[in-house]
Amino acid sequence: MINIISPKNLVYSRPKAFTDTPTHYCPGCTHGTAHRLIAEVLDEMNIADKTIGVAPVGCAVFAYNYIDTDFVEAAHGRAPAMATGIKRLLPDRVVFAYQGDGDLASIGMAETVHAAARGENITVIFINNTNYGMTGGQMAPTTLPGQKTTTSPNGRDVELQGYPIRVAEMLATLEGVGYVVRRSLHDPKNIRLAKKAIRTAFEVQVRGLGFSMVELLSTCSTNWGLTPVESLKWLEWGLTPVESLKWLEEHMLPYYPLGDYKIAPSVAAVKI
Amino acid sequence: MTRELWKGNEAIAEAAIRAGLEGYFGYPITPQTETLEWMSRRMPELGRIFLQAESEPAAINMVYGAACTGARVMTSSSSPGISLMMEGLSYIAGTEVPVVLVDVMRGGPGLGNIAPSQGDYNQICHGGGHGDYHPIVLAPASVQEAVDLVPLAFDLAEKYLNIACVLLDGSIGQMMEPVELPEMRPVVRKEYAWATTGAKDRSRHVLTSIYLEVGLEEEVNLRLLKRWEAIKANEVRFKEYYLDDAEIAVIGFGTAGRVALSAVRAARAQGIKVGLFRPISVSPYPYQQVAALAERVKSLLVVEMNTGQMLEDVRLAVSRRIPIEFYGRLGGVVPFPDEILGEIQRIAKQPPSLEGHPAQRWLERMTAPQR
Repeated sequence: MINIISPKNLVYSRPKAFTDTPTHYCPGCTHGTAHRLIAEVLDEMNIADKTIGVAPVGCAVFAYNYIDTDFVEAAHGRAPAMATGIKRLLPDRVVFAYQGDGDLASIGMAETVHAAARGENITVIFINNTNYGMTGGQMAPTTLPGQKTTTSPNGRDVELQGYPIRVAEMLATLEGVGYVVRRSLHDPKNIRLAKKAIRTAFEVQVRGLGFSMVELLSTCSTNWGLTPVESLKWLEWGLTPVESLKWLEEHMLPYYPLGDYKIAPSVAAVKI
Repeated sequence: MTRELWKGNEAIAEAAIRAGLEGYFGYPITPQTETLEWMSRRMPELGRIFLQAESEPAAINMVYGAACTGARVMTSSSSPGISLMMEGLSYIAGTEVPVVLVDVMRGGPGLGNIAPSQGDYNQICHGGGHGDYHPIVLAPASVQEAVDLVPLAFDLAEKYLNIACVLLDGSIGQMMEPVELPEMRPVVRKEYAWATTGAKDRSRHVLTSIYLEVGLEEEVNLRLLKRWEAIKANEVRFKEYYLDDAEIAVIGFGTAGRVALSAVRAARAQGIKVGLFRPISVSPYPYQQVAALAERVKSLLVVEMNTGQMLEDVRLAVSRRIPIEFYGRLGGVVPFPDEILGEIQRIAKQPPSLEGHPAQRWLERMTAPQR
């Protein structure tokens, strides 16, 4: 019998900056993918031992259980302010905030916009899954028109509840931003592109080229498409993991086009 | 060192800088803004960190992040701004990192006004943010005392990994007085075993205030309480004036205590045996000392620039052993010494009642039709 598990055959392994802890995320959720991409980038850049992460309030509140760096846990929406405080005192360290859409684009919008406007040398990984996942699928600033959530049971009515916010496009208008792009995690090709963007965002910070953010379109298979009544049914799932990837592709991509929204000239010159 | 004429808010800022402040994050609000302004000039000049935040919640969370690095950091604000910082303060307390806060109180509630007040006593001393925690609160009665208490606040915050607040009112922030500032201390970045500075050649540090396991959260609460017991045992501060033979004791903190001292002196000149007890640490409150005072004097007069918030702490300490009267001015009004002298004279003439509530009697007097 041939032992195929040998170093020369190894093409895939757990990144060093990723702990050996099973994640608490739902089947079909892309948080784990996003976490892993960050850990891979920290390994490739060899910066895990000089990195401080800022965890959000939301499903990723325990991001520090999985990403193996120093970490602080912020109040809801305040991660960019906390990251600012750390980075200002420790300018030679790498500081990143990991935030969801309720955290970043609703309660923490002011902190996000002003950190970006100041050109704060921090990196923000923004998980956009169009709802408040941890509290059970409420409407977020990113919830799509017509999308059902537990607080928009008839679908988001833009006349009453307004339009979803395109954060990457908005931040791209600010002078302090070095790099802001939107990527998606719904298929392998896009995951590779997402990783490249995360790498670039961290490179931007290391070079002191301003605020960097990667918006990642992500899934919430558990909560998507559920009304409050449906969500109360025990083990009633919104979508299967595969369906949720398809839902992202069909519903989110048209409203949230993938792309590079701002690449400052100094950043464009960076070769990785 | 020579004495120099300094404005309170600027003197506080300079005292913090000389105490080795590494980072300041703040937001403009009257009557505290001169602290922010002073920091904006001096901190960059010394190669230290100054940042004007976009809001008070942002300022306190920048301080929170900066404190997690183990650096000596602070913010300052005034009442409405302090309300906005309460979320961050609760997180800071739950994470057990040292932070100094200066609250230059103004009239309230709501937008209130920009005149001196002591209306934040309960918010600062007895809660404010959610959950069980106790900040150390030091209340100066002069610019010099504020200058002396700021370095102490840093030392206490770092010794106990606790929030330390310097609580003053707008008049101390705005007035100019001769002060002696401390010598410049060097900036020292302490090597804390918990600071998040990057896990180089060590295991990683995680600073958080979430413990989903209720038993762990209870442990945190017990640890905080135990630390608070040590603070209560070691860090009570107060000043006594003319109390040796006093039959009446006035109790007041900060500006109210200072105005009361003038009234006490005037009453002494009239032969009334009255003294002043001025708490400096209003949290931990000098309960034992006030209780002991109640054994020595016949009656108490509590004077505050609020509706009687500290009065409840005095009542707790005294426990109906002797009668207490209350005199307060509200909404930004600072009492004149004559008003307090009038109260002392009234008590000297006729000792007050043990029955009823002092603040109720005061309210009746305050709102009675003028004769």
